[in-house]
Amino acid sequence: MPEATALDIPADIAIRLSRTMMLIRQFEEKIVDVYGVQDMKTPVHLCIGQEAIAAGVCENLRTDDYILTTHRGHGHCLAKGASPRELYAEFYGRRQGCARGKGGSMHPVAPECGVLGASAIVGGSLPHAVGAALAIKMQGGDRVAVAFFGDGATDEGVFHESLNFAALKTLPVIFVCENNFYAVSSPILARRCNDNIVLHAQPYDMPNEQVDSMDVLKVYHAAHRAVARARAGEGPTLLECRTYRWKGHVGPEADHEKGCRPKEELEDWMQRCPVEYLNQLLLAEGIITEEALAESTREIERELDDALEFARQCPFPDPREVLENVYYTGA
Amino acid sequence: MPWTKVYLNVEEMADTLQKEGLRGISYHEAILEAQAQAMESDDRVFIMGEGVDDPGGIFGTTLGLAERFGKDRVMDIPVAENAMTGIAIGAATVGMKPVFVHMRNDFLPMCMDQLVNHAAKLCYMTGGRLHVPLVVRAIIGRGWGSAAQHAQAFHALFMHIPGLKVVMPSTPYDAKGLFLAALDDGNPVMFIEHRWTFNAVGYVPEEMYRVPLGEGIIRREGEDVTIVALSQQVYEAMKAAAILEADGISVEVVDPRTLKPLDEELILSSVSKTRRLVIADVAHRTGSVGAEIVCRIAETSADILVAPIRRVCFPDTPIPASPVLEEAFYPGADDIVEAVREIVKGS
Repeated sequence: MPEATALDIPADIAIRLSRTMMLIRQFEEKIVDVYGVQDMKTPVHLCIGQEAIAAGVCENLRTDDYILTTHRGHGHCLAKGASPRELYAEFYGRRQGCARGKGGSMHPVAPECGVLGASAIVGGSLPHAVGAALAIKMQGGDRVAVAFFGDGATDEGVFHESLNFAALKTLPVIFVCENNFYAVSSPILARRCNDNIVLHAQPYDMPNEQVDSMDVLKVYHAAHRAVARARAGEGPTLLECRTYRWKGHVGPEADHEKGCRPKEELEDWMQRCPVEYLNQLLLAEGIITEEALAESTREIERELDDALEFARQCPFPDPREVLENVYYTGA
Repeated sequence: MPWTKVYLNVEEMADTLQKEGLRGISYHEAILEAQAQAMESDDRVFIMGEGVDDPGGIFGTTLGLAERFGKDRVMDIPVAENAMTGIAIGAATVGMKPVFVHMRNDFLPMCMDQLVNHAAKLCYMTGGRLHVPLVVRAIIGRGWGSAAQHAQAFHALFMHIPGLKVVMPSTPYDAKGLFLAALDDGNPVMFIEHRWTFNAVGYVPEEMYRVPLGEGIIRREGEDVTIVALSQQVYEAMKAAAILEADGISVEVVDPRTLKPLDEELILSSVSKTRRLVIADVAHRTGSVGAEIVCRIAETSADILVAPIRRVCFPDTPIPASPVLEEAFYPGADDIVEAVREIVKGS
């Protein structure tokens, strides 16, 4: 565990960041617990280890701001306020799922809190965030849009096309690249000449930061600056959030169990657990107590147990619903 | 009815319409007017595309719109078709109504990920919580050596994708009415125009009106053969019908106008009457819209035909450049006439 640095944000924000990260961690761990039963029939792409990015960025957002996410999007949705009940129900393919059982784990959506969906095509949702930002600019106001994506997306042409247009039109969008150094199991340096994704902002004169995203405070501050610029009409920012995925690309196992990467690498990164890091800091600063932390863990556990129970009790969709929602037929 | 009529030349139209005191304009003017009225009446509508504000104005279809509505609403864009499609989708999901213009259909393969994986899927994979009101205008080129990458048409590809709608207006009246209906539809609509219809003229009311998606139309009534003609082939079919009339063959010309949804009932009722079918398309043979139409007839009414079907369409080759090769490549009224004679003679 690295040396705890002084807490440089208000205590209430720090406590919320802690709670959001714990919610995401426990939400994902619950999936690991139940997945073996094989009644959650959806390919899950877990974000354990990467929680600080969702929490740190979304803490700066309002309900009326938009986010776009990816196949690895549970954490972003939760951090933006999506309902764990509706997410789990979706993963179980139930009618009360956030997408009525049509999307599964890879396509969560929660328009009521600004989650405009997720693409399971690498880079696919990036331009949607830019389009949402274009709409914001046309409609007026100081809302912002955030695109979450992985380092794999920067291999795609659509990433570069999206950055160019956002910069060209000075759009209120924040590009948040979660660089976990792997696309499925292909290491970043097998796919690119260097791993400095942040450099891609330079030709577009776009503000950019490379952020150690094991430290949620650093993510929070970088996102705070980016969101402030976007709200002030100063255009987009690229954040390269360096992180590590503890689990495999898909499913509840870790990659070393499948021979995809060295176990020692994971163990090194686990030494820098982002949830643990903030909580240790909060304890050291006297902002929370061990008892309060334990109670918070139990409270989240209860909420998620309730959500799981809700999801399992929900009815499945009627088979006839397979033909519904192909086309919009009016409000 | 003036709004169903296909005029084969300006003089014919002028004579007919003047007598009735009706306004006749060209196809490209009809599209220009539809877009202008849509933007005038709805702040959510905006136009984007490469060169939409240039002096040519996309063959006249966007002429003067940038000056009138500003370059933020009539937006020239980077040559980045895929991301720009995604950007249109993103804007559409939060309340805007983008119109994305492509000077050639050939640029659409650059957009396939966003059209097929995203625009077509968002409504379904979010259980209807998002939808994508997007009109993609795409123009089919032809002639002057346009060749393999500037004259293609992909309506059959798009027709295959659940979640997309496909519209192919042939007349000025339908161009305006279907455009406004497409814009109201709330779904991604592939609005496919043919460069060779742009100077076609016809009756177009000045007010805004809609032609419902999914309703085909009989362009000419007949008894012996049905020609289902798409887009520019409607004009070829009308010429062919006039030639065949002199032979004593009575031809019915059906213009589906919309391919998805397809007016299966209209086609079926026409073919039930004539019992002979020729399909005239502006694309390649294999996996074509014609194949789908024939299959639907076979599924429900296999016994109604008394003669083989003929497809008048592009051969299964890329499109050539030389005028001599173009002439050999493109089928027209003569080929339709020949196809009709073959199947009438044989039955």
